[in-house]
Amino acid sequence: MSASLEAGVNALKEQVDSTVASFFSSCVHCGMCADACLFYTETGDPHNTPITKTEPLRRIWKSEYTLFGRIGKKLGLVKKVDEKLLAEWETLVYDSCTLCGRCSMVCPVGNDITSMIRKTREGMAAAGYVPEGVIGATKRAVTIGSPMGVKLPALLAQIGHVEKDTGLKIPLDVEGAEYMLLLSSMEIMNFPEFIGSIAKIFDKVGASWTISTKAFEATNSGIQIGVSDIAAELVQRIVDAAELLKVKTVISPECGHAYMAIRWEGPNLVGKPFGFKVRHILEVLETFRLDGRLNTSGLESKKLTYHDPCQIARRGGVIDEPRNLINMISDNFVEMPDAGKMNWCCGAGGGVSSNERADKVRLKVFQRKKEQLDEIRPDAIVSACSNCRINLEEALEEYGMEIPLLGLTETIAEHLAD
Amino acid sequence: MSEIEFLSWVRGTGFQIAVVIFVAGVIIRISEVLLLGRKTDLAEAKGSSMSGGLKTMVTRSFPDANTLKRSMVTLVAGYVFHIGLFVTLFLFAPHILMFKEVTGLSWPALPTAFVDAITVVTIISLFIILAHRMQNTVLRFLTNFEDILVWLVTILPLITGYIAFHRIGATAPTLLAVHILSVEILLVLFPFTKLMHAFTLFIARWYNGAISSYRGVSS
Repeated sequence: MSASLEAGVNALKEQVDSTVASFFSSCVHCGMCADACLFYTETGDPHNTPITKTEPLRRIWKSEYTLFGRIGKKLGLVKKVDEKLLAEWETLVYDSCTLCGRCSMVCPVGNDITSMIRKTREGMAAAGYVPEGVIGATKRAVTIGSPMGVKLPALLAQIGHVEKDTGLKIPLDVEGAEYMLLLSSMEIMNFPEFIGSIAKIFDKVGASWTISTKAFEATNSGIQIGVSDIAAELVQRIVDAAELLKVKTVISPECGHAYMAIRWEGPNLVGKPFGFKVRHILEVLETFRLDGRLNTSGLESKKLTYHDPCQIARRGGVIDEPRNLINMISDNFVEMPDAGKMNWCCGAGGGVSSNERADKVRLKVFQRKKEQLDEIRPDAIVSACSNCRINLEEALEEYGMEIPLLGLTETIAEHLAD
Repeated sequence: MSEIEFLSWVRGTGFQIAVVIFVAGVIIRISEVLLLGRKTDLAEAKGSSMSGGLKTMVTRSFPDANTLKRSMVTLVAGYVFHIGLFVTLFLFAPHILMFKEVTGLSWPALPTAFVDAITVVTIISLFIILAHRMQNTVLRFLTNFEDILVWLVTILPLITGYIAFHRIGATAPTLLAVHILSVEILLVLFPFTKLMHAFTLFIARWYNGAISSYRGVSS
């Protein structure tokens, strides 16, 4: 066995726990997970059946963690994890899965298949079977601090523009601020309005906030690629900054997997509970709304719909908040079929957007979103993830659909009451 | 071996062997799942793992509308044969007598003619499931030897039971012995195959619901 294969096998072994064992013990090959997966429904390729994507992990569980499997292994009867298998599975695990979590919601025996695909990635990454684009993004995240290579001077330049536009000071490294805002590189480079919107809202609401110059990147390539060590290092940077500035709450921005990374995986990656809270920006805005501190004026009359980012809604638990917020500023809000926790993924989460090899399949599976949108024909789509937003914009253009995308925080900021 | 000797073997020694393998195997399989354990979630909870887990153990039996539409054959045929298995196994008068003999517990039976009809429906639904497995792209792709073996050992007790009840083709002791033997084959294979899902699915559903509910999502 080569050293890298051995590293992969060991990484897979580390992933097996009682959840994995109960899931694999329960699978009856019913195929219902395929019907829940846009990579199957839109391609018709049975290889994209979600449970199939976990095959390397299943083989390790079977041969190492079951009595009968261990006996079978001695007799040479069980299937092994080898380089050929991992090479074949690389595209299934990284290109044809956005970790959207829909399969985990329909499996009749209750298997959280998505969590097992995430675990399978740990083995793939350790053995070196990872798409180039995701490797590049991860390297940049570790060395530069951002998967897109956005350095502090770039952020400061954008902040300069925002301060000019809004006339508001963007607080940097303010010790004792209540909230510390994280940003995704995508927001810094493509949607700097988000920073301005936060400034306006927090100014109106009267909440103190800050951005740390030491840790402002919210995204976590370590999670997408499936390397826990790197993921933990990126989380630790945020923990250190939050502790240094003694903030009460760290805000995860409009980015799906960033929320998953810092809110749900973060403390488990660094191995201890956080001394501060982590909230998605929509949760923070909802708190302001409930406290009566967030007041808006005027209603959008155009037909709005909301695209639930998978990691924020189904995998993250932020489902009602965006709806309550949109209803503050719209009297024509329409839900897509399957909206909320059963929403269909846009096709570019889980590292797919930074994996060029997956471009073709990514645009193909967007058909599922298109069908959802065709049912209600909205005038604009509101979302809360800049990765979804970029992908939706690109795919809508590809399909010749002219529906503008709106960030929820920005839309709220535009409607702030004087 | 005479047919009476055959019958008394399957009712005696054969039955004991099958039950021991079944019980020991199931205990081993469940233990090796639970003993692996799971790390404590260190993230701040948004909901309760326990209530979410318990809820999903029940609610996962009822699919959402879109899933029902997309997986219609699997769900309808699946429901019919699972309910059919339950009715024929637990609500058939002679079976209840057998359970009473072994456990001392007894409960009311359904009319024999009704259970007979359910048996036919269950057998038909299992054939539909096999046909669907052969014809559907995903199912054909997923199907391995074990899937076919499990299908066979599941349908055999139904068919042999039906034949024994209607005394077709052989004498009563032989037919009954063959029926009991088919159940023993099912019991022996149970811990080694996906039949284990009958137990482990409750663990799996609990984890699924617990993981989701911890994050504030009802799964």
